[in-house]
Amino acid sequence: MNEQYPKVYFYRRLVQAKLFIDTHYAEDIDVGNIADEAYFSKFHFIREFRQTYGKTPHQYLIFVRVEKAKDLLKTGMPVSDVCYGVGFASLSSFSGLFKRIVHLTPSNYLLRHQNRMAEIVESPLKFVPGCFAAKNGWTDK
Amino acid sequence: MITKMTHVSLPVIDLDRAHDFYVNKLGFKVITDVPMPGGDRWLTVGPPEQPGFEIILSPISRLSKESGEALKGLIEKGTFGVGLFTSNDIFATYEELKAKGVEFTKAPKKEFYGTEAIFKDDSGNWFSLLLTN
Repeated sequence: MNEQYPKVYFYRRLVQAKLFIDTHYAEDIDVGNIADEAYFSKFHFIREFRQTYGKTPHQYLIFVRVEKAKDLLKTGMPVSDVCYGVGFASLSSFSGLFKRIVHLTPSNYLLRHQNRMAEIVESPLKFVPGCFAAKNGWTDK
Repeated sequence: MITKMTHVSLPVIDLDRAHDFYVNKLGFKVITDVPMPGGDRWLTVGPPEQPGFEIILSPISRLSKESGEALKGLIEKGTFGVGLFTSNDIFATYEELKAKGVEFTKAPKKEFYGTEAIFKDDSGNWFSLLLTN
């Protein structure tokens, strides 16, 4: 398989930086750490990352932390444990950022998830298009 | 007139393995995951930036033994090219998926219709990753 497309090493370094955020989001990392990880100068890195992913590295780090927080909230973990578990240093900044991005507070997000799970248990077929349910022999009776 | 497609059914060989592939490797979101009678499971996933479109992961175990075996053989030998995805940056996406263990049968290459790479899912279904001109 021919992999000689333009700027191949540049893309490998950029992806290495993104994957570093994906795996180290819970640690105390900043743009400097991330740029170092991929052998970029800080400002060059910010510019290229934003151009490729549509977010600055910092914005992407926040996005990953909030996504992971949503997963942890669904497990029933207390909000404060989730906050520190995904790398936020203060509960107020976590709650504020979560609400800004998800448009719900962490507690309301958890409540909405719990309601949905209860509805799934109560009426699973409500979540399956009727034609597929019928084809698979899934009925209320 | 038809206005949009909301669901498409994708035959997969193993549902748990497909779940891992589409969520942990491709980065798709689980949209619906509902336990069904008989130990079955209704599982749909979709690209995170395309709300309203669900890929139904349909295990071949739902078919008769004969049909399931026939379909398994065809999927595994790469008979079905089932879709086309786009991304913000095909080269970055290619490198990321490759780093996560996704098997590509074609690295990004400039063609007359755009820049294209081809990858397979865990079952053997193949997809084009395309950046059009």
